[in-house]
Amino acid sequence: MLEIKNLHVKLEEEDKQILKGVDLTVDAGKVHAIMGPNGSGKSTLSYVLSGRDGYDVTEGTATLDGEDLLEMEPEERAAAGVFLAFQYPVEIPGVGNMIFLRTAVNAQRKARGQGELSATDFLKEVRAKAKALKIDAEMLKRPVNVGFSGGEKKRNEILQMAMLEPKMCILDETDSGLDVDAMKLVAEGVNALRDEGRGFLVITHYQRLLDHIKPDVVHIMAEGRIVKSGGPELALEVEHNGYADILAEVN
Amino acid sequence: MALPQAKQTVTEERLASLTMPDAGCTRKAREAALERLRQMGLPSRRDEYWKYTRPDTLVSPDAPPAALFVTDEPTMFHEFDRLKVVFVDGVFSPEESDELSLEGVTIDRLEDICCKDIHWAKELYGVLEANGQSPVQHPLAALNTAFASDGVAIHVTGKPSKPISLIYRHASETSDAILHHVVRVESGAEVTILENGPAASRFNKCMEIDIADGGTLHHVRAQGRDHQRRAATHMFTRMGQESVYKSFTLTVNGVLTRNEQVVELTGDDAVAHVAGACVGDGEFHHDDTVFVTHDAVNCESRQVFKKVLRNGATGVFQGKILVKEGAQKTDGYQISQSLLLDDDSQFLAKPELEIYADDVACSHGSTSGAIDETALFYLRSRGVPTREATDMLTLAFLAEAVEEIEDEALAEVIVSRLQDWLARRR
Repeated sequence: MLEIKNLHVKLEEEDKQILKGVDLTVDAGKVHAIMGPNGSGKSTLSYVLSGRDGYDVTEGTATLDGEDLLEMEPEERAAAGVFLAFQYPVEIPGVGNMIFLRTAVNAQRKARGQGELSATDFLKEVRAKAKALKIDAEMLKRPVNVGFSGGEKKRNEILQMAMLEPKMCILDETDSGLDVDAMKLVAEGVNALRDEGRGFLVITHYQRLLDHIKPDVVHIMAEGRIVKSGGPELALEVEHNGYADILAEVN
Repeated sequence: MALPQAKQTVTEERLASLTMPDAGCTRKAREAALERLRQMGLPSRRDEYWKYTRPDTLVSPDAPPAALFVTDEPTMFHEFDRLKVVFVDGVFSPEESDELSLEGVTIDRLEDICCKDIHWAKELYGVLEANGQSPVQHPLAALNTAFASDGVAIHVTGKPSKPISLIYRHASETSDAILHHVVRVESGAEVTILENGPAASRFNKCMEIDIADGGTLHHVRAQGRDHQRRAATHMFTRMGQESVYKSFTLTVNGVLTRNEQVVELTGDDAVAHVAGACVGDGEFHHDDTVFVTHDAVNCESRQVFKKVLRNGATGVFQGKILVKEGAQKTDGYQISQSLLLDDDSQFLAKPELEIYADDVACSHGSTSGAIDETALFYLRSRGVPTREATDMLTLAFLAEAVEEIEDEALAEVIVSRLQDWLARRR
């Protein structure tokens, strides 16, 4: 499904190499977690995959089901099935959450050659999915993320993910700023979307999210590379010993 | 003080092309206005409040020609039940207008106020304009009072069941129209006045509004989107105790538009909101100049102006809140913002506060910026194409001004016009 080969990325503005040869394959139906210390390039990887400006890919490839992601505009990547749950979801005053969601769903359907969802069908679906995430009708009416608490913002990301039904879900530190209950709610939302056709890349600092979203593979990222991969036990090792041991071992 | 020679020449050349209508009871007011105008002179680029807007084509003897804008788009406000008062190139058209009869309001043509002996209108004509000449001069408004060739007197005594809709049609490519309306809203009365249309190749409009204690006036205006028209409009509003004045203007294109508002809150607990949304493209110059004077206790004023500019368009905002001594508990708010969709467009803003009372809350802000790239990426990352995402953010930017319109149905019409403009890219 998602195949990243030897990906090198530098910041456009400064001559600073952030990713220095990332290799990663996420198969459909699998959950991969990426852990790593601050500044290791985890968030950059998520931005590069979703097409944010400001990064130069100097070497390597990233494909989704064989399609070259790096050649696509962000909206084309979204239509192809990439979804990034933002670490800091953006507040957009003046744009209603519901209108935003509907525009996004229909834009993707259009890009894929499907007909638009009728207002009634859309409403039905969004209400059901919002309810599961304990998002009330009031929140749906408000402008996108404006005045939302940290937890509400993250739940809103998961709601978008549920509505857009992407193939490849990238979660960038979705656990940051969440209390235990909120994290459980978000994790349940994510788990409900797990299925054979869908891959997940879960970026996190802490093992605790992985208690709720059980990964198939855990990668450790450091200095722009994936330095170690393993099963869920790798996350526990990090939790107990920090990154120092692993980094020392790799070096 | 004598006028500079150049100014005097421009003024006299312009006056030479004008004839004062034979206007009976307004004659005195007109002659006084002409005298005021001769003392002030027509505006020039050197005047403090004309630095950002070139007045040349507004003061030239003849109106620069403007091609008629032919479109099959439905006319503005067509979806509303309203009392239509139509002017063609600045001349009242009884054929195209509805019968001017509606419960709660009396509408007369300006030329009839003398023979019908309509006291309030005779006494109001030119008065608020004259008062409004200080501290900042509005010479084009004085010219208007002196030479207005038509207009209506609207007397609101109740709560008419539908809006009064002033429609300005443009029919001749060289028309130079001067209209002057007077409006009196009696105590406890409430009315909505709509205005739309390009009016003429060059349009000078003055509206004097006197709102008595507890009266309410809603004003929603959509200026014609004809690309070549020019307009200088003036609204002078005097507000009594607990009166309400809410004015919103949508401007879409037009080569030159100068909208002046002079609001004086003279009764306690009055509320004045003046707002505008403008979208301009290319050879487009739009100027909002607003003066709000607080001269009573516990009044609220809001100025909310939003401009979207692209392809080298220019937007100007000059706004002042003057709080006079004794106007305690004033709540004054002013915001002017522009969204520049490219590097060629510009926004020039001059926000001013002048406060002589000590117990007031006044704030003002002015910003100029591009589309928020972070928000744009967020929308695109969800699959919304760049153009559509830009439009969503543009509309969101304008929303704060549109929200000043109290009537939701009217606000929706304005939003749909803005959406059309965005979709057309022109």
